[in-house]
Amino acid sequence: MSRERIFASVREALSVNGKDRARERAVAERLAQPPRHPSDASGAPVPPAELAVRFKAHLQRLGADPIEIAREDEIPSAIANYLSALGLPLRLRRGSGGPLAALPWETVPALAVETGPALAGDTAGLSHAIAGVAETGTLVLASGPDSPVTLAFLPETHIVVLNAGAIVSRYEEALPMVLASCGGHVPRTVNLVTGASRTGDIGGKIVMGAHGPRRLAVLIYRAAAEPADPISA
Amino acid sequence: MTDRATFDAAVAAALADAPLQRALADVPAGFVAGRRRARAELPGFERLRRTARDIRDHTLAHLDLYLEAFEANAAKAGSEVHWASDGEDARRIILDICRKADARVVTKSKSMVSEEIELREHLAKASLDVVETDLGEYLVQIRNERPSHIIAPAIHLRVSDVADAFRAQHPHLPADRDLETPEAMIAEARDVLREKFLSADVGITGANFLVAETGSAIIVTNEGNADLTMSLPKVHIVLTSIDKVVPTFADAWPLLRLLARSATGQALSAYTTIVTGPRRPGDGEGPEACHIVILDNGRTELLASDMRPVLRCIRCGACMNHCPVYCSIGGHAYGSVYPGPIGAVLTPALAGPGATAHLAEASTFCGRCEEVCPVEIPLVSMLRKWRTRDFSRPASRRSRVLLRAWAFLAARPRAYRVAARLGARTLAALGGSRGRLQRAPFASAWTRYRDLPAPEGRTFQEQWASRRRTE
Amino acid sequence: MDEGYARRPRVGLFVTCLVDVMRPSVGFAAARLIEAAGCEVVVPAAQTCCGQPAYNSGDTASARTLALQTMKAFDGLDYVVAPSGSCAAMLKLHYPRLLAGDAEAEAVARAFAERVHELSSFLVDVRGMTAVPGAFEGRVTYHDGCSGLRELKVRAQPRRLLSAVPGLELIEMPGTETCCGFGGLFAVKFPAISNAMVTAKCANAAPVAPDLVLAGDLGCLLNLAGKLSREGSAIGCRHFAEVLAGELDAPAIGARREGDPA
Repeated sequence: MSRERIFASVREALSVNGKDRARERAVAERLAQPPRHPSDASGAPVPPAELAVRFKAHLQRLGADPIEIAREDEIPSAIANYLSALGLPLRLRRGSGGPLAALPWETVPALAVETGPALAGDTAGLSHAIAGVAETGTLVLASGPDSPVTLAFLPETHIVVLNAGAIVSRYEEALPMVLASCGGHVPRTVNLVTGASRTGDIGGKIVMGAHGPRRLAVLIYRAAAEPADPISA
Repeated sequence: MTDRATFDAAVAAALADAPLQRALADVPAGFVAGRRRARAELPGFERLRRTARDIRDHTLAHLDLYLEAFEANAAKAGSEVHWASDGEDARRIILDICRKADARVVTKSKSMVSEEIELREHLAKASLDVVETDLGEYLVQIRNERPSHIIAPAIHLRVSDVADAFRAQHPHLPADRDLETPEAMIAEARDVLREKFLSADVGITGANFLVAETGSAIIVTNEGNADLTMSLPKVHIVLTSIDKVVPTFADAWPLLRLLARSATGQALSAYTTIVTGPRRPGDGEGPEACHIVILDNGRTELLASDMRPVLRCIRCGACMNHCPVYCSIGGHAYGSVYPGPIGAVLTPALAGPGATAHLAEASTFCGRCEEVCPVEIPLVSMLRKWRTRDFSRPASRRSRVLLRAWAFLAARPRAYRVAARLGARTLAALGGSRGRLQRAPFASAWTRYRDLPAPEGRTFQEQWASRRRTE
Repeated sequence: MDEGYARRPRVGLFVTCLVDVMRPSVGFAAARLIEAAGCEVVVPAAQTCCGQPAYNSGDTASARTLALQTMKAFDGLDYVVAPSGSCAAMLKLHYPRLLAGDAEAEAVARAFAERVHELSSFLVDVRGMTAVPGAFEGRVTYHDGCSGLRELKVRAQPRRLLSAVPGLELIEMPGTETCCGFGGLFAVKFPAISNAMVTAKCANAAPVAPDLVLAGDLGCLLNLAGKLSREGSAIGCRHFAEVLAGELDAPAIGARREGDPA
């Protein structure tokens, strides 16, 4: 059987016999308590206001559009404005439940909103990010009944909604937030999205929209309960 | 795998291929400059390389335990894990899964392991419609050739080559359509492949890393094609190898920080996806089944050997981007799925050293590959190890005889000094007043392209000795 | 020893087989510089080849023999200095690796390695040299040999010394750190690839319009000079030691001998 053969080969290669308790314990401990690896020279935590600034700067470099809004109930109108400013159809699909469902969509009747996993003809998909990572301008999305993954890939326009308070400095800090959103487990799919789809495979020129979305917009809002801190322009 | 004669012919063709040479000349400006910039922007980049190396070494030293943990956790998440000793095994397993799923259309994202085992050809022979969705891979598929670079498979193509390939492959589209620009071609590829994504029964991806603590696979793309491949069909197959496993997410982040930066100069690729099992209850989408096929194919032998560090490789392509030999001859000349320095070390191990000895020979040992490898693989030492193993083979007899003669002389200083004097005088005489030889039958490989500067005629040792005598 | 008597350090000059046969003036230039740095130069007669061709071809047995011979020849000297990054790296980094497995020989190699230096590194890092005997009116550009650069980190030292040469203008060409395509036997085993690499290197030098291309390894220099000459270029090649020491009597590498018709 291949499995037995492979494991026997590996053990022989490592000169172990599969009965080494100390070795097993070391691995079990490491799995239970992963090490903290250094990621960069600076050890001090980044102040929250600085995080948002860095995050937005990365988004801009990536060609993604950061849009800041004061409160989450402005999200539907901000989306409608974004789409019409670009001359794009006022149609959107989002997950059926979750925080996006509670938004005042009725305030923008011109925007046709559908729900569920993406379909072939969809033009814009809306996702809710669990976190934003300032080190690279990365959005962290988790799949679930209310957050279909296909919304992030099938439509040409991908819009992501992100609470400014959910911007963290490093990937390591985003993972616990993902687990918390999924009952302590890792969800089926975690998408780390850093800019929109692109390829350089033809003539070395970078072109957007190679299979995935052509454009990415990120709506950064402050949750209703938080004071409206001035977000630097 | 090719032998020396085929290699020489391929090299000659590559050097004469002007469009290929132009494409290769762009690599320094593109990937090399990109990496330099990304490295400058990340403080602690060099320390990260050491961290990454240590993570990989630790994992390899405990590979059996981490593979077991991965398998157990993947199963808990609802994935089915399969083990394949070699390519034949893996192909059979995958074909089986496709048959059981009644598959007709199969989409695929980039997987070097799949190239290694020639999976697509095998599935196509079984009448499956298999389509590569990574644009570069799609291009080499429709042109019926191999990828020439592990990150940018179609780097050897001109824009016009792509247009021609599309016209041939998509005859159902209007003949007079615009295919002048990369944008137009990508729009066409998007439409054509969109159809395949949506109709696929099975989606096959590779995996950049396997995370033991959760049984997850991490798959990295810029196009998002892997995501469409894995989330639309009813079956998702991950084809990967035993050396991809890392213990935990904490160990994956440092490697991910280095991967894109080393490959293209991006801080992170557009889509870094962590997938764990098939669809969950309540998900309205996603595959019903997730299969993970884990391949050995010679890696356990590498693990046992003094070349174990080559298994640290995270397939970034930095070594080939920085290799002056690769940038002269391109990837196809290597005749292997893995070109460049990593290919020169891996290919003899995966394919058998006999026919591929020339790959380790075709290097100046300049050391740039080692300098940029994110996991500090001592590539030059490994190439030297291959040369050492190869030295005693029958095929190297001529080199062996010449080298042994040189060493014999060098080990006898007095005889050496006489021979050196003779050599210096002869070459000086042949060079004459011109001071150089334009033709030298004993060194025709040199003089074919260069003059051979002639020496002064008296060796340093004899001049030094005579100066000393007159003092 | 009497107190207060400071004898000059005794430096063994590892001439290298290429310098010995092909261009002795480099050896004399190196000796002159080492003396200018306040040292006595010794040239052991029993030295031949560092063993690199054997080592890199996989003939470790021959390489070991030559390593032991070389170390024995330089026994008893304070330093071992080579006008070659690749030979110095062989002696300093690879002898201990080559002899690993024989504890005694490895220990000898480690002790030996401590005394080994590439020429410019010896002059700058060990002797703190700031002024040089030579002078040169003209433009030069510098090619970094791969072993010296990557194995011994020699990069700033030759440039520092060249900047001290009165009249000399050093202009960097693009791709100084890209391999020239010599690679020892590589140049004759894979001549077409080697040619592509050296052609690219010469193409980088041309726009700089230097009078000379300088480097620290004769292998690189023979390769570069041979190609420039075949291309009919007026650019000359010399070892940096020749310029630093003012040893410019010999024509540039591969150039016509004096007094001959052009």
